[in-house]
Amino acid sequence: VANAAGAAPGGHRNGFWGVLSLPGVAWLMALFVVPFYAVAAVAFGRVDPILRTADPVWSPLSWNFSAMGNVLDRVFDPNDLGAVVIRTLAYVGSALALCCLVGYPVAYYVARHASRWRGVLLAALVLPFWISYLMRMLAWVNLLQVDGYFNRLLGWMHLGGSRNWLDGDWPTVVIGLAYGYIPFFILPLYAALERLDKRLIEAGRDLGASPARVFQRVTLPLSVPGLMAASVITVLPMFGDYYTNSFLTSGSPRTEMLGNQIEFYLRGTSQPQTGASLVLILSAMLLVLMTYYLVVTVRAQRAVAT
Amino acid sequence: MRRNRPDRHAFGLATITWLYVLWSLVPVLVAMRISFNSGKSRSAFQSPSWRWYFTDPAQSVWHDDTLVQPLKNTLKLAALSMLFATPIGVAMAIGLQRWRGRLSKASNALMLFPLVTPEIVMGVALFLVFTQVYTGVPRGFTTQLLGHITLSISYVVVIVRGRLAAIGPQYEEAARDLGANRLQAMRLVLLPLLGPAIFASVMVVFAGSIDDFVISQFLSTGASSETVPMKIYSGGRATATPALNALATIMLVITLVVVGSAALVMHRMRARQGGGEDAQLGNLAVVGQPANTRIASGGR
Repeated sequence: VANAAGAAPGGHRNGFWGVLSLPGVAWLMALFVVPFYAVAAVAFGRVDPILRTADPVWSPLSWNFSAMGNVLDRVFDPNDLGAVVIRTLAYVGSALALCCLVGYPVAYYVARHASRWRGVLLAALVLPFWISYLMRMLAWVNLLQVDGYFNRLLGWMHLGGSRNWLDGDWPTVVIGLAYGYIPFFILPLYAALERLDKRLIEAGRDLGASPARVFQRVTLPLSVPGLMAASVITVLPMFGDYYTNSFLTSGSPRTEMLGNQIEFYLRGTSQPQTGASLVLILSAMLLVLMTYYLVVTVRAQRAVAT
Repeated sequence: MRRNRPDRHAFGLATITWLYVLWSLVPVLVAMRISFNSGKSRSAFQSPSWRWYFTDPAQSVWHDDTLVQPLKNTLKLAALSMLFATPIGVAMAIGLQRWRGRLSKASNALMLFPLVTPEIVMGVALFLVFTQVYTGVPRGFTTQLLGHITLSISYVVVIVRGRLAAIGPQYEEAARDLGANRLQAMRLVLLPLLGPAIFASVMVVFAGSIDDFVISQFLSTGASSETVPMKIYSGGRATATPALNALATIMLVITLVVVGSAALVMHRMRARQGGGEDAQLGNLAVVGQPANTRIASGGR
């Protein structure tokens, strides 16, 4: 039965379906797997002694790990790249906390309470996906100018209003990250909350629990998988972000994240080896999250197929 | 009875929700308004004009080549990405859905990986592969296009597979029983049934390509391969005029028109197929959700 839903009509000629997926597989081999291997070959390769350009080494047998060792030392040195790593974790963590704080109530309300306005609200949740990310950031750059609307609002409320918010303040970056990625958080969470079994919540109420207690003992535990998936899908791109902070602080070094260092070493300087090593370190940091997400997805695929 | 009592916390939740909607959309509306500013200020609105769209003889989007070029590049990249990624992705979706065996599992995992890989990792990987290995490929637009297609294929596969699982094999089996060969069954029965999903994935590829910043930037070679997001990034940090807002607004309007008409067409297609299943919501979800959030929410 497990096979029935997705199986080929007249399925004994399995090879045909393999051939059908071949162009895609070949494409991803050539432009996803090989490139990723090239990152390793550069990170563990040599550097041309005169030109200082990367000289990739393709055979893992002759890989040289000393450059990676140096970069790792720097990553664990709190006076060097360690500060950037800690800052990245702090920014992403704070932005995720903001997403949960704002996103959970919104997703919960639209999924479970909004009746008359549901269509409008859903459209409003989806709309940011169709607005260019950088346009949404540009909007904040406009608002946060010294003579911009945000300062004027503050002045009108007698709360100051002459501050330059784009000068390298961490709150600007954290709020900017949350603003940028919260649509990715809310929508999957909404879908998960919408599928929650209502009967369990009603049972809780019928058995005499207060609404707060039902939320704490039933709704919240049931929404953990949705929260996890939403968090992972939000956090993964945030860890690789280098443009939000740079855009909102005019490239201030005080708010640099790991992504900025990667971009700097690869595009700004001729030290691609350091950049490639940092990419591998970032990938290793995120591997747990990526694996979690893949496992959940494959399980969901199987659940749909049966 | 409990239900009739309007929950007090629902009022609080409603307030938070509407405040969130305002927070998420008002800044963009303000930015759009500034694009119609008559003055040079991009922080305060003076009076309405088309200056930054057409009338300014040097600095308006219409007359400034450094703004027109990114617009053309972005639209060309998006159109070609749709053209290439969609057939590859649709074939891969059908193949992966039915192909059994160890290799198929590995291919499935391979297909899912680009969805969870942070873009900077992909950007760097493609940058290095085009500078170190595929050195014959002309850098700039061509490499950007290859990058966008790589990014897009998995989205198509995930969306189309979701629909395939819902359709099931019965229709094709019926066609085969009635004498169609495998290819005929696929062309005459399966592909029309997949129509809305293919359409939706085309839209997601379009939006993904238009919005992409990281891969475009890592694979660009300078002004000739600049895209709109890159232009916004470089211009927004420097001293820009409202023409930058005008450029962003034009891009937004194009996206909304394309996606809006696509949603209409899809609605028609669904109605004609008579598959009234969650038509309204389904459209929204399919058109609205990028594939990664779709699979985050459980695959359908």
